[in-house]
Amino acid sequence: MIKKLKELYKFRQLIMTLVSRELKARYRGTVFGFFWSFINPLLLLLVYSVVFTVIIPGSSGRVDMDFKGIDYAIFLFSGLLPWLWFSSSILESSNVLFVHGNLIKKIQFPIEVLPIMVVLTNMVHFVLGIPILLILIVFLGKTIGLTSWVFFFPIAVLVQFVFAMGLSFLVSALTVHFRDLKDILSNLLTLWFFCTPIIYSSLSERIQSVPWIKFALNLNPMTHIIEGYQYTFVYSSLPHWKKMSVTFIVGLLCFYLGYLIFDKLRDTFVEEV
Amino acid sequence: MQQSSPVIATDIVKYYKKYSHKHKFLTLKSALVNRTLFSDLEQDEKFAALKGVSFNVEEGKTLSIIGENGSGKSTMLKILAGISKPTSGEIVTRGRISALIELGAGFHPEISGRENVFINGIILGLTKKKIQERMDEIIKFAELEDFIDNPVKSYSSGMYMRLGFSIAINVDPDILLIDEVLAVGDASFVPKCLDKINEFKRKGKTIIFVSHDLSTVDRISDEVIWLKDGKIEMRGYPKRVIDAYLEYIGKRDVKKAETQHREEEQDAEENREKRWGSKEIEIRNVKMIDKTGREKYIYDADESFTIEFDVHAEKQETDFVFGIGIFNTEGISCYGTNTFIEDFKSLDISGKGKIKIHVPALNLVNGTYYLDVAVHKRDGYPFDYHHFQYTFRVTSSYKDVGILRVPHTWEFSDNIKLEKKGNKE
Repeated sequence: MIKKLKELYKFRQLIMTLVSRELKARYRGTVFGFFWSFINPLLLLLVYSVVFTVIIPGSSGRVDMDFKGIDYAIFLFSGLLPWLWFSSSILESSNVLFVHGNLIKKIQFPIEVLPIMVVLTNMVHFVLGIPILLILIVFLGKTIGLTSWVFFFPIAVLVQFVFAMGLSFLVSALTVHFRDLKDILSNLLTLWFFCTPIIYSSLSERIQSVPWIKFALNLNPMTHIIEGYQYTFVYSSLPHWKKMSVTFIVGLLCFYLGYLIFDKLRDTFVEEV
Repeated sequence: MQQSSPVIATDIVKYYKKYSHKHKFLTLKSALVNRTLFSDLEQDEKFAALKGVSFNVEEGKTLSIIGENGSGKSTMLKILAGISKPTSGEIVTRGRISALIELGAGFHPEISGRENVFINGIILGLTKKKIQERMDEIIKFAELEDFIDNPVKSYSSGMYMRLGFSIAINVDPDILLIDEVLAVGDASFVPKCLDKINEFKRKGKTIIFVSHDLSTVDRISDEVIWLKDGKIEMRGYPKRVIDAYLEYIGKRDVKKAETQHREEEQDAEENREKRWGSKEIEIRNVKMIDKTGREKYIYDADESFTIEFDVHAEKQETDFVFGIGIFNTEGISCYGTNTFIEDFKSLDISGKGKIKIHVPALNLVNGTYYLDVAVHKRDGYPFDYHHFQYTFRVTSSYKDVGILRVPHTWEFSDNIKLEKKGNKE
């Protein structure tokens, strides 16, 4: 395993080149070009903010939220941004081996580079969204302000990277053999989205008062990763060390298993893709 | 450890999964429902593409692999390139391998040619610096100076291929694997590629070449392997192996042509339009025979052959003309003659007889031909006319063009030097 990772290091230039190609190619021919990296999450943020601060409170009368108005938007954004990175990585991984079938079938190519490329490309989009989040916090935050705790958010990035990478390996390898995984996946991710405290806060009274929901949320690794961002950006505190460490171990395990399965199925890709 | 040959293949076996009904619609759901999640991943029905192939290539030599479609050539090359793994057996290679299996694999259509060169170069194992150094050379070789900054999606397939070839050849490999990639190049680019391949040979690089183009194989290789049904049928000097292969193909084609011949004859029976006449004189048993008297339907261009047929006149006739005609598949008359044209005066015919027309050399170009045989009166009144009833094929090692081969020889003055290839050995 360690040996294989070292081998991956050799491909760093290849990975970097592929990532930059993906980024270049994605926005080639569009009017806004690179700005789509910003526009996409902002549009999504707008939709969710309107739904959860205007429409739903308006119809049901009361929604239990820690934050109101613009602060809610900031809270939402701090969880939405990393979630987008996560979900688009997994979703694109299910397709990446088919899209680049030519590379696999026609030249000798380190296939594991492809899922890595997917996760890294989406990470770039995520990183580009961070300044927007910071700007929102600094200029529009009412009860939320920028503190030095933000310097700890890379911990969550690291944990998320490892975890997402593991799932990416797993998903990309399995979709080669089970094509319908692709179709299930987008639904699964939607479900997962609502099972993760992004549009709501796990610290809200409502959730804290129902033990089984609290327990279920704690089982979800993404809960702790997303909370890692929310703590550092919004709640001005350290990430929850214990929970984060356990999640990191789970992430490593996931990475190990994902890579193991990927490696095991590697030789079948050439014929199956 | 320094091994003696840059490429050693030992007992390579490759099975492919055959897609049975079960695998055709393999889904996660069905796998879970049938509880066959893991057994489905096992291969059950197998198809052997390679059945134990062993060979080695010496440093600086060019080995060609020939064989029919489906004989395992491309599979072998993919295994050599490390793209797919053999089911069993071992490949040991020394040095950097560049495989021209599909040119421009991995080009991204949206970005420019220049950026694609960069990325493709890195995929093929070059460093950024090396690519920078060779960029101009790559572009120049591909003849794409004016288009290199346009997105690749606007390229023609020829431009695409030229760029792909140009990158792959600039990777500076020790071992070059080439699979039938030159087929798309135009008349000026292919010789350029061949020149480049020859330059590689001169530099002492090892080349493995897979092709159906036997004349190129003959020209560039030191040794040829003929693969047949996943096994090495023959290995040796190019000329010898190619000749044996051609003979085999020829024989197989003869069989095919003979069944075709029979079928066509059956068709002819049903198709009365192809035969007409009063049958007062009848033509039967039209055969084409070679110089040994064997019935045969494939001839070499310079081979002699004889058209033979029986005639049967119901009653005595004094006005009759025998004729033959040869047509190509486009229906163009290649040659036609009859006894009247050649100043034979018909005197008398009755009962059964036999006619033979001897042709010392066919002198036709490659292709399939139809034969007409007829007997009629001088004024054209048909006794028995067989039109397009018989076919034969002409194969020739030369690919000259036209309708017939005009017998000729070349003569050059002393300051013009040419060498007849195939005369070396």
